Order: sequence, then structure tokens, then C-alpha cells
Amino acid sequence: MSTELSDDMIVCRCEEVTVREIKEAIHEGARDIVGVKRRTRAGMGLCQGRTCEKLVQQILVQELGIHPKEAGTSSARPPVRPVTFGELAKGEVL
Amino acid sequence: MLQKDVLVIGAGPAGLAASIEAGKYGASTLLVDLNMQPGGQLFKQIHKFFGSSAHRSGTRGYDIGKQLLQEAQEANVEIWMQSTVIGIFPEHKVAIEKGLDSGKKEMITIQAKKIIIATGASENAIRFNGWTTPGVMGAGAAQTMINVNHVKPGQQIVMLGTGNVGLIVSYQLMQAGCDVVSLIEAAPKIGGYAVHAAKIRRAGVPIRLRHTIIEAKKGENGCVCGCVIAEVNEHFQPIPGTEETIACDTIALAAGLKPTMDLVKLAGCKLTFNGPFGGYIPLHNDRMETSCLGIFVAGDTTGVEEANTALEEGKIAGISVAEDLGLISPDTASNQRKEIWERLHSLRLGPFGERRMQEKEAVMKEYETCIGAPIPIQ
Repeated sequence: MSTELSDDMIVCRCEEVTVREIKEAIHEGARDIVGVKRRTRAGMGLCQGRTCEKLVQQILVQELGIHPKEAGTSSARPPVRPVTFGELAKGEVL
Repeated sequence: MLQKDVLVIGAGPAGLAASIEAGKYGASTLLVDLNMQPGGQLFKQIHKFFGSSAHRSGTRGYDIGKQLLQEAQEANVEIWMQSTVIGIFPEHKVAIEKGLDSGKKEMITIQAKKIIIATGASENAIRFNGWTTPGVMGAGAAQTMINVNHVKPGQQIVMLGTGNVGLIVSYQLMQAGCDVVSLIEAAPKIGGYAVHAAKIRRAGVPIRLRHTIIEAKKGENGCVCGCVIAEVNEHFQPIPGTEETIACDTIALAAGLKPTMDLVKLAGCKLTFNGPFGGYIPLHNDRMETSCLGIFVAGDTTGVEEANTALEEGKIAGISVAEDLGLISPDTASNQRKEIWERLHSLRLGPFGERRMQEKEAVMKEYETCIGAPIPIQ
């Protein structure tokens, strides 16, 4: 039995991104939530990071020794909740 | 495109209170929420509230929700449930996937003179080995299952976290007929109110301080069959050799909440980072207006607190939009806001509250120095 957290652990469930992949992204130069998102897709799935953003933030804080504020926050784009293309197509052009 | 004076997003205590105020003064007000019924968290809160009579102490959250709904109907607020806002665009245009009585959905775009975002908060996850195993869930999710859907999340529950959510939900799980096996808390003392903790202790449920969950055990059915806990040191790191296994089929996580910010971000509101309030939050002034002209916020979206502060902030937002629409005079609005701010001060007292008042004031001060006056959406 180990008290260590496994690097195989999934962090972003929607896109199945592991701790290892996030650490690799950080070693490649990701410095904030958006950097990790662009490299790994963590936070790009169905829930748009509602569950994993804070977990990614914790890994950034731990790996880089930064303040949670410096990890930033992801940008939002419409649609912010899942919607079918069929429904979208029926909407007005804004 | 449908035109409205006021669009309120989120029908929890903040959104309901905001729409009641706006509707009461004659603004055409639409309140939308993606859930089946309005009330937000109130309809899950079967316990009685604390505090002063002005804040409905002794009343159950559920009944407060019903009262607010009644008031919203009297104020001619139009309510769309199971309706999801998917985007906010320039000129206050909003795309909504409206839920129809037939169960189908319809895309509707509306343009509102004023928008109040009261989208609340969502639960924090905690990661430990096996945290994605079925049977691990947020404490709030477990509470929704028992109090709204009347389904037990499992039979043997381990609760991680002893803040008020962890304590209250543990007790309600017992009331629902679940066995709460243990509460686990990494800190050296219980996070929530002693009165809630006493109920748990009297029921003979152990509260394990200075411990954390390090692993969820997966059974043959692929679901949780137990968890491994360990003692933590002063840096909250598990101490090797202190592991023990507890049998359970559900692990509930009460690890705090974070504001739901997607629409605030989409609108382009300026943000600030605030740890005690749960992370990034929108800057707002004492009228609850953000950096974007005509976009207001209220409740947990502005920093995680509780139902009464959400209600009061919602009222301020509602009064401010009524003022900006010319439905009430600036003097009346400012006097009413003053009274509400006094009530908010009295709510934000005590060891937990005072800190929140200071943080709230810091947010408004930052607004004043960095933004000054709101500007139209870019």
C-alpha cells in the first residue's frame, strides 16, 4: 500500500488526461491552466473543466511552486454547456 | 429576438431575490435555470436556518425556496426551467436552449437591457488513487440524490471533509437511512459549527481528524468497496505506515466549492483572484454591477458564502437594475441598498463572517481603483 499519488491517475475525466501528461506539459513549458489545456486537452471536454480545473491548478502549484493565482483560469467560449448541432443550427445568427 | 428588461440567470436564492425586486418595480423580468425546479440549493436544505428573524431563522431551506417562488410569481417574473444559457454576446444578446413542456428543447435568443448572473458554485473535486471510481461523488451530489430525488447514493458512506456541508449532509444521509461509517478531516479540528458536529458525535459516528483518504478501493463490480485512509503530518502529507482500510460503497467529498464563472468570463467581466471566496471571481461594486455596463452578479458566483448573503446580494442587484431602468429613484435605491448592506454586515460577523466581509470590501475597493465606472461589453 502506498501513500504516494500515482502518475497514472486521471485528472480530466472528460478527456482522460493523466497526472503524468500534465506534468509532461509543464516540463514542456506550460505555465498556467490555459497552457496545460492547449497541450493536453485537460478542461476541453463535456464539463469544460468544471471538475478538473482546480486539480490542474494544484499540480501547477506543486510542480512550479507558484501561487494559485498565477495558474490563472481557463477562457470560456460559447456554447458553455453541451448543445446539439441541430439545436444550434435552428438558432438565430447573432 | 425576444426583448426583456431584465434577464436573470440562475434561480437559486440570489437569482430569485434579484428577479423579485426587478419584477416588483415593473421590469419585464425573465428568470432562467437549467434545473427541473427553481430554488437552487434551497430545495435540498431540509434543515432549519440559523441567524436572525430578518433572515428567516428557524425556517427550513425548502420552505424559504417555496416562499421566494411565491413572491416571484406575485412579482410577475417569467420563469423558464430546464433552460440553459449557452452564450452571452455583444449588445446583451443571450442564447438560451429553452426546455419545453413536451420535453424538447428550442433555441431562443433574447436581448435584455440588464443581465444578472447568479449561477452559483460547483463542488471541488479531490484527487486520490481511484477517485474516478463509481461511488465517489460530491457531498452536494449525494444530498441532491437523497433530498431531491429520494434515492440513496449507497448504503455505507465515508465523508471526506467536516465543514458545514460535510457535517449536515452526513446527518441527512443518516436520516435517509444510510450508514455513515466515518468522517475524515485533514485538519486538526472540525471545520463546521459545533452544533452540527455534536449531532454526528451523538449518533456514534467517528470523526477522524488529521486523516485523509489516500485510495478508493474498487470491488469486483467496478464500484467503490472501501477506502484507505492515513494519518497526515502538519503539512497534510500522509504518514507511511498509518494506513487503514474502511469498508464502504460510497465516498462523499465535501471539499468546498468554487464559483461558476463561465458566463461571467464570456461576458468579459474583469476578474480578481480571491482564495477565501473560492478562486477567480468577478470584480463588482456596491451595486453588484461588474466591469461590464448592465451586467450584474449576485450570490456564490461572486464568492462562495451561503443562502442568506446570496439573497441579500440578489436584492441589491435587483434594486440596482430597477434604478438603472428608471423604475425607482436613485435616492430610494441608495437607501434600500444601505439597509441591505447593514444586514449583510450583520450576516458577516463572527470568526467565519468577518473575514468574508473584509474580502468583500477588498473586492469592491479593487473595483473602485481598477475600474471606477462600468464600460459597455466589447
